[in-house]
Amino acid sequence: MEDISLVTVVLMLPLVGFFPLVFVRSLTDQTIRWLTLTVSIITFGASLLLLRNFDSNQAGLQMVTDWEWISAGSFTIRYFVGVDGISIWLVLLSTFIMPLAILFSFTSIKERPRLYYALLLLMEWAMIGVFIAQDLFLFYVFWEVTLVPMYFLIGIWGSEDRIYAAIKFFLYTMAGSLLMLVAILWLGNEAGTFAVPDIIAQIQSGELSFDVSTERLLFLGFAIAFAIKVPMWPLHSWLPDAHVQAPTAGSVILAGVLLKMGTYGFVRFNLPMFPEASRDFAPYIAVLAVIGIIYGAWVSYGQKDVKKLVAYSSISHLGFVMLGIFALNSAGIQGGILQMVNHGISTGGLFLLVGMLYERRHTKLMSAFGGIWAAMPLFSGISLVIVLSSMGLPGLNGFVGEFTILVGSAGSDVLSIWFTVFASLGIILAAVYMLYMFNTVYMGALDKEENRRLPDLHWQELWALIPILIMVFAIGLQAGYFFDFMDNSVSQLVEQVSGSVVATAGR
Amino acid sequence: MGTPEVAIELYVLLSAILFVLGAMGVLLRRNAILIFMSIELMLNAANLALAAFARQWGNGDGQLVVFFVMTVAAAEVAVGLALIVTIFRTRQSIDIDTLHMFKD
Amino acid sequence: MENFFDLVPLIVLIPLIGMLVNLFAGRQIGERGVAIVAVGASSLAFLIAVILWIAQVQTGYEPGVVDMPLLADWISVPSAGLRIPWEFRVDTLSVTMMLVVTGVGSLIHLYAVGYMHGDARFPRFFVYLNLFLVFMLILVTGNNFLMMFVGWEGVGLCSFLLIGFWFDKPGGEGWKNSDAARKAFIVNRVGDFGLILGMLMTFWTFGTLDYYKPGEAPLAAHHEAEAEAPVFAPQFPQEEHAEPEGPLGVFNQAQLWLDEGGHEVDFGLVTLSFETTLTIITLLFLLGATGKSAQIPLFVWLPDAMAGPTPVSALIHAATMVTAGVYMMVRSNVFYEASTTASFVVTLIGASTAIVAGFIAVGQWDIKRVLAYSTVSQLGFMVAAVGVGAYAAAMFHLVTHAFFKALLFLGSGSVIHGMEHGHHHLTDHDVEDHKHVPPHEHAPQVETERFDPQDMRNMGGLRHKMPGTYWTYIFGTLALAGIIPFAGFWSKDEILVDALRLGLDENRLDGYIAFALLLTAAAFTAFYMWRQVSMVFYGQPRTPAAEHAEESGPVMLVPLIVLAGLSLIGGFMNIPSGFPLLGRIFGEHQFTSWLEHSVVNAHAAGFLWLLATVAVLLAAGAIIAARVIYNDRALRQLTDDPLEANERTAGAFALANAKLYWDEFYFSTIVYPYQRAARWLADRLDWAFWHDFVHDRVIGSSFQWATEMLSNPIDRGIIDRAFDGLARLVHNLAARVRTIQTGYVRTYALGVAFGALLILVIALLPVLRDLLGL
Repeated sequence: MEDISLVTVVLMLPLVGFFPLVFVRSLTDQTIRWLTLTVSIITFGASLLLLRNFDSNQAGLQMVTDWEWISAGSFTIRYFVGVDGISIWLVLLSTFIMPLAILFSFTSIKERPRLYYALLLLMEWAMIGVFIAQDLFLFYVFWEVTLVPMYFLIGIWGSEDRIYAAIKFFLYTMAGSLLMLVAILWLGNEAGTFAVPDIIAQIQSGELSFDVSTERLLFLGFAIAFAIKVPMWPLHSWLPDAHVQAPTAGSVILAGVLLKMGTYGFVRFNLPMFPEASRDFAPYIAVLAVIGIIYGAWVSYGQKDVKKLVAYSSISHLGFVMLGIFALNSAGIQGGILQMVNHGISTGGLFLLVGMLYERRHTKLMSAFGGIWAAMPLFSGISLVIVLSSMGLPGLNGFVGEFTILVGSAGSDVLSIWFTVFASLGIILAAVYMLYMFNTVYMGALDKEENRRLPDLHWQELWALIPILIMVFAIGLQAGYFFDFMDNSVSQLVEQVSGSVVATAGR
Repeated sequence: MGTPEVAIELYVLLSAILFVLGAMGVLLRRNAILIFMSIELMLNAANLALAAFARQWGNGDGQLVVFFVMTVAAAEVAVGLALIVTIFRTRQSIDIDTLHMFKD
Repeated sequence: MENFFDLVPLIVLIPLIGMLVNLFAGRQIGERGVAIVAVGASSLAFLIAVILWIAQVQTGYEPGVVDMPLLADWISVPSAGLRIPWEFRVDTLSVTMMLVVTGVGSLIHLYAVGYMHGDARFPRFFVYLNLFLVFMLILVTGNNFLMMFVGWEGVGLCSFLLIGFWFDKPGGEGWKNSDAARKAFIVNRVGDFGLILGMLMTFWTFGTLDYYKPGEAPLAAHHEAEAEAPVFAPQFPQEEHAEPEGPLGVFNQAQLWLDEGGHEVDFGLVTLSFETTLTIITLLFLLGATGKSAQIPLFVWLPDAMAGPTPVSALIHAATMVTAGVYMMVRSNVFYEASTTASFVVTLIGASTAIVAGFIAVGQWDIKRVLAYSTVSQLGFMVAAVGVGAYAAAMFHLVTHAFFKALLFLGSGSVIHGMEHGHHHLTDHDVEDHKHVPPHEHAPQVETERFDPQDMRNMGGLRHKMPGTYWTYIFGTLALAGIIPFAGFWSKDEILVDALRLGLDENRLDGYIAFALLLTAAAFTAFYMWRQVSMVFYGQPRTPAAEHAEESGPVMLVPLIVLAGLSLIGGFMNIPSGFPLLGRIFGEHQFTSWLEHSVVNAHAAGFLWLLATVAVLLAAGAIIAARVIYNDRALRQLTDDPLEANERTAGAFALANAKLYWDEFYFSTIVYPYQRAARWLADRLDWAFWHDFVHDRVIGSSFQWATEMLSNPIDRGIIDRAFDGLARLVHNLAARVRTIQTGYVRTYALGVAFGALLILVIALLPVLRDLLGL
């Protein structure tokens, strides 16, 4: 408790870069860029240490820091952070994506770089915070803080409709968050603490119990906030606006990490704190998830704008994650968590690719391209791998997540087999829209004059993509390593979700 | 206590007469000095009543207050006369009916 | 010898290394270097396959499981019991496939060196080819379904890349190639959907996806276990059969449960009997197989896949990849054997595909499309063989088909190459001519109309121009047509015998159906093949290009000759019992007994003289009929097919030429509705309605309306005005009260006096009341 754990160090590292950016006015643009990149890479390095010090045989939280933050009457709000098998990969995902987004911004961001990079680092700080906070109140603070930098990133550096998109993004997510705040306060009041492990322990031991309707209300309070963030169909309307208008780095972070905050929230809070309600709601949420899978894929296919296509594909992919989580068994949840990481990597990569196309042609319309494989072979080859990973080609990362999710949902005790059947249709549809995109943009004859002399990747772009490629293959070929870290934590979680149901089955 | 007892009522009556005289002076006179002197008369009427009651009840508090009043009156005279002198210098008159610039 | 099994990872790694070398250094090492690396890699892989073959024989056909070096388990979720290792399986079935893939693959690699010479993307072509070998070998060597699926989708990817290899050809052809590539991938994905669901069910039934666990020998069906105890496997004593220890792979577990009977399987919310489960699983696998092996209803991608370079068509779309579905079903023979329903469906699909594709092939003009439909048709034979339980015959046909169909494709590639050569020769010549003399009379035709070197109407008389190609092509054709003693005869005959036996011995309807349909399809095969041979090689050249066509170089001819040899003798590896002389020389049922060690339900069919005679006569008759119809006189002009000219057959020919409108049917019922729905969903429902209307109009605007209401009428109208009114009231009152303030000291003094008086009165009120007696 007295020591500063590694987790806290990882959390605070982005701020080390943030404050100089804010307070030192004499930095040149070049210094700002390299400072930010260095800080983010160091943060990533520190989070790798996290991985090394992590004991995967342990189910509970590790590397905990627990300090009192605000003490008012009977309440204490704690600075209580730590990682377990559920959150560790998401922390790593955040620190992994960030340097890539920063590196890509080197060439694309020319206006007000000091503010821009400061916001990125603030963003990183808040994202890490969301994934490591173990106190509901602390979590809420981080959760809300992520909105601010993203609001400005979209609003200042976005494209034409940026103000509209930024406001919509902010209001939409804010509306859900407020419900969550009410639920947090209610829950904290009942439990006498905001610390999540304590609340879970109370609920598991039966010390704290709610009647059915209260539990459902609390569940929904959290669930709606998370569902908007995911976003689950039909609460997705903010997503295409935000994604399409955001600058590339913003889209990458949004798709790569921010959406996972929603799905992570379901796993971290809804399942263990409201096991009964989770089981009751599981089929309904799974219905929305499956609709999301098919709807997202279908709508993607109808797009003309490549960035919008990728944005809608997120709905489909996150539908898989939600289906896995609400299969409420070990395979489903672990597949879901891995798929969160996979989606961050693949879709983050896709947004980078779209950004690179946009930098060159200043349009995102698919019809403006065609045949650029002949003009940009390196770029197109890398694109192919990322597209295939997003499509779920076995041997690449997308497949292991999807397959494990489907294994989970097929064997789920709460979901009928039809969910799996319809979800699997999403695999066909993913090929339909992804190959449609790949064909119209990359293949075919190079028949537009302006595409003929497009420059291939330069080194910054290449270095932003190489880590993604490495992860695509690493997860795709050795998913077992990644599952190892989460296995104990998730099986404990599964016990918590199903255990209390057995105890109260007779009610 | 060899001196003959004077009834308390007489003191109070005298005090009341003096007070009314003073009050009439304040209300009816236009000369600021005279008004001032009327106020002094009212104060002293009050002092008389206080002293009388103090004697009646055998309690020194009243007499104590008389001293306070006298002190205040002295201070009042000092300030008041200074004001009047200043007003006379600027207006060449101490007729209070001409002094209504506070209206509105 | 068992140590040699450890070589099996190399068979995957060597082509992988070849691919990586060509990927990163292809530009530097030049065309020759690329060719050496690629062909070397595939030949080394073939060498390893041969070593494994010998090792198999030496170890007594003992199956082996080998871990992938460097990599740990692929997927492992211990708490869910999900463990998918990277494990290779060496058994007779996988070694057979390895030999075919690397053997035919090496020949085609060699051929491609000549065929692709001078292509701008020469290195990339060989990167793809080697990558294909990697995936195909993973497919056949994996020890679990999921690893097979890696190869399965991976070869699909390579197929996609290679079909679209010439994606940037000008004049709309590039787009056509790209679309064909996409079509292939997506149609295959439909099949993969079935395969994934089948694998999920398999996992929840057996708790594993491994075929067999390491050290586990395949269990034969119970009733056969005693009779056919594996003679060659003394290492696995009889007890192993009775009481297998530890966790079992799917097939042995299935066999045990089938023998026990009455087993039930839980799927979350439903419980199914084990037999029903197997039926569902096998039908789902069948969907997968119809995708990859181009069967009804998913065969439509294969003819379009001919957009790829011809070596690709030979390697991927004839010899190896498309047979993956058959391999998968043979691998799962325990499942298929257990389900008569599924077998019936498999038979129907296979047999009807064989005849439908055979029919369509008759009406095609494109040399490669004829072969493509022929491939579909032959794959139908193999699938039908699986359906009638002739697993060994299916594999046998798979192998022989790989020989002669690869040969035919390579031969057609040689023809196309020759035609292109003739065409180039002509146009180059033409350009020179322009300078000096007026153009040839045929020149305008060449220049205005895009010349199609694959259209058989442009060919004719190539027999004399390309004798090597011609003779090898004849070998392939005879093998495909099923003329004794070519390879195709033996394998096709075995399938027919098995189908007939199923009908006769077990009185099963699907046996008769399969027999009748396949026999007809065999006649179609002989007919369309001889039609093709006549059009391409006989008669007189019909275009200047054909006139100037030239024989291909030795790099391309050597593989043709080797394959022609294999097409001739390939069938001798499985001479049926009861055939005179040859059986004595080559041994009877060699291939079947080799397969029996891994394919539990493989069984040999006998030889029926009558059937063989009928089949050969039918094929010979069809050949003669074809030659009679496509005689030299008919071949002279050939703007219309003789069948088209004849009124009685014109309708049928038009139908075959239009491919039975199968594509059109899919486009109008699935593709276009899906596209329209996608546009509608994207533009109308999601954007116009959900985004613009509900969010912007209803929620956004009503929020704005509410703010407008709050700010104008309510805030400014009511609340603001209320405070203004209060202020005005105070102001007015104050104006009135102000008048008391006269400024005269006397007034104030009077006020004070009255006030004092008032207070006095109030203070004295009780006294006054008493006084007045109130």
